[in-house]
Amino acid sequence: MERVIVSMQDPDMGMKMRNQRLLITVIPHAMTGRDIVDWLIQKYTITEEEALHIGNFLVKYGYIYPLKEPRNLCLKQDETPYRFQTPYYWTSTRWPASELDYAIYLAKKNIRKQGELIEYEKECYNALHKRINHTWDFVVMQAREQLRASKQRRKADRIVLECQEQAYWLINRPPPGVMDILEQGPDRRNVSDVMLYMWCLPLKNKLCMFVWVCSFVKYCEQYQDHDPIMQGCLPSNPWITDDIMYWNMNSETVTMPTKLRVERWSFSFMELLNDPLGRKELLTYLEKEFSAENLCFWQACEEVRHGEASKIAAKVDEVYKQFLAPGASRWVNIDSKTMEKTLEGIKHPHRFVLDDAQMHIYFLMKKDSYPRYLKSELYKNLLAKAIVPQETKKSVFPFMRRQRHSSPSPALVTQTAEDNGKAKPSAAKANAGTASQI
Amino acid sequence: MAAQEVQPSETIAKLKSESEALKTKLEEERAKLHDVELHQVAEKVDPLGQFVMKTRRTLKGHGNKVLCMDWCKDKRRIVSSSQDGKVIVWDAFTTNKEHAVTMPCTWVMACAYAPSGCAVACGGLDNKCSVYPLSLDKNENLAAKKKSVAMHTNYLSACSFTNSDMQILTSSGDGTCALWDVESGQLLQSFHGHAADVLCLDLAPSETGNTFVSGGCDKKANVWDMRSGQCIQSFETHESDINSVRYYPSGDAFASGSDDATCRLYDLRADREVAIYSKESIIFGASSVDFSLSGRLLFGGYNDYTINVWDVLKGTRVSILFGHENRVSTLRVSPDGTAFCSGSWDHTLRVWA
Repeated sequence: MERVIVSMQDPDMGMKMRNQRLLITVIPHAMTGRDIVDWLIQKYTITEEEALHIGNFLVKYGYIYPLKEPRNLCLKQDETPYRFQTPYYWTSTRWPASELDYAIYLAKKNIRKQGELIEYEKECYNALHKRINHTWDFVVMQAREQLRASKQRRKADRIVLECQEQAYWLINRPPPGVMDILEQGPDRRNVSDVMLYMWCLPLKNKLCMFVWVCSFVKYCEQYQDHDPIMQGCLPSNPWITDDIMYWNMNSETVTMPTKLRVERWSFSFMELLNDPLGRKELLTYLEKEFSAENLCFWQACEEVRHGEASKIAAKVDEVYKQFLAPGASRWVNIDSKTMEKTLEGIKHPHRFVLDDAQMHIYFLMKKDSYPRYLKSELYKNLLAKAIVPQETKKSVFPFMRRQRHSSPSPALVTQTAEDNGKAKPSAAKANAGTASQI
Repeated sequence: MAAQEVQPSETIAKLKSESEALKTKLEEERAKLHDVELHQVAEKVDPLGQFVMKTRRTLKGHGNKVLCMDWCKDKRRIVSSSQDGKVIVWDAFTTNKEHAVTMPCTWVMACAYAPSGCAVACGGLDNKCSVYPLSLDKNENLAAKKKSVAMHTNYLSACSFTNSDMQILTSSGDGTCALWDVESGQLLQSFHGHAADVLCLDLAPSETGNTFVSGGCDKKANVWDMRSGQCIQSFETHESDINSVRYYPSGDAFASGSDDATCRLYDLRADREVAIYSKESIIFGASSVDFSLSGRLLFGGYNDYTINVWDVLKGTRVSILFGHENRVSTLRVSPDGTAFCSGSWDHTLRVWA
């Protein structure tokens, strides 16, 4: 923020300041709210809304203060005069705003004009009086001295100094209800000492950067039509039209998927595997090719990797019996070196013991089965039959909001699956009930 | 030759200058790979049109600053946590609250939804990460079933489930990240290397799913191997704390948002920064970043209450969204990319589309 302020005060490119009239007094080196906004718009090529937004911050954080209505720290985009706050009072200097200083300030206000202090200031004043009663004489004396000194100044300077101080205290002792802009969140440690950090940089091939950088462009182009925020989605974005048809059409259990969804499976093997429907389709295809055990093996390995630590040994044993043991019912074809290593590792099973074998099978499927699946009749037929949803016609009465239906919580779905023996008619009611309970 | 007494401060100074020299050399080597910038390649790409994004839902209910949120895989539910210790699960589509838990600590800075949708994890100033299974029995006290999983020696800044409900990755103000087994609470792997508080993390969407990136107060973003615990790559170009890191959808790059008011894109294969998203008029730090589904747009929530939308390829700002009345502290795009949700210190969450 200070960077902005400094450039605003630049003698050549900065703000044009002039004398502003405040009732009868003329204040030098001031500017109007409108000038501030205009300068920001011009300097940073931004909209009026944004300039006002930034300008407001400059005032809120005390770098600029208003001369009229100094209680209200906000930017008005009109002829209201403002001035730059003296760096002494900048929030970044972090002078501890001590109680003593605050007491002197309030005492000054009280003496200057009876009834000048507003409610919360009166409360603070009284509280301070109690707390630092022993130095109260000092406080009053200081206040009187400062007032006397200021009386000898020109009226314009006096007003400026009063406004500066007022703005400073509005920030450091905000009235109740006003946001405390100095709040930062929990303390963070920062690096202060020397830290010898040894990180190992993998040796990279000197591949052309051009290829890597182009891949971003390619990826964005490929997925552009699938990005609902960029291109919209058919039939409509549920968040905009309140119509959940889009989610229903793309749910896991749908019988006929949408065309976009099926197309996406052709982007990468990972896309196919990540979609439960895609995975099902792949399994069907592999069964026809008598290589379904590959996918099943891969899935079983995933469960070992991501499952509970306590079940690892049991799961690895299962995998061995089903897929790796000689003569196993669903034996997977891994190269002998990997097989040897895996079988050795299984003797002391741990989470990653099947990683090499899993990787081998994964790349086998990716290089062989996946491309053939994409060329297969199964895939092509699905793609041909896949739905292209109709765009939802905008309702005639745009203000009529559709009913927003709630959906069963995933937690409920799992629960009912678990207690399928017990009758739980209250579960469904509980779903609607809990929603309004809280 | 007379033996000289080497003062400790001299040694440190010497080591410091050596490490600076090494750093410069490494940067030079990295720069040699530099052939072209992202925005140059992207010149041929069509520019984006005007974007109209509005707040479609406002979720009110937190009594204090919202610090973190996460989406459920069902694309409409979210969990959010706030300064007063409340963790709320909402159906963001209907704006109904479905569950609420009060944590025994304030400043719950991290929360995450389990992939199954049956549990949430959260933590903050209590230095722990706890998992709460979501029960629909309204008589059941969720807090009673709480499971304490992670234990750090300083505040918890971020947490995330890995591919299943069984493992959680956490990052903490104690400078480390850690991988935990949910069932037993056992520490599976710890990651040391940051020189100060770690503020954020994100799991890689890669095929082998074995890496994650973390960002911290030491201005570094580190990429880790989850199996070995080693830091395999490190990036230090930010000028202040890194508040948020998020992988590009392909997994080949990640974006970061920092208190230095910039967001940056780092390419993992080229091992360097490839884009900076900044504007002179943006003077407040970015607290949270996320990509749209195609990776073309980068949404950044900032401490000046706004959300800036960037064109990732061209490096320009597409749009600025106003609406929140205090800092935007958290921002996530929904799993199917139809909307994104932002949480703010103004006690509300907003869903934009």
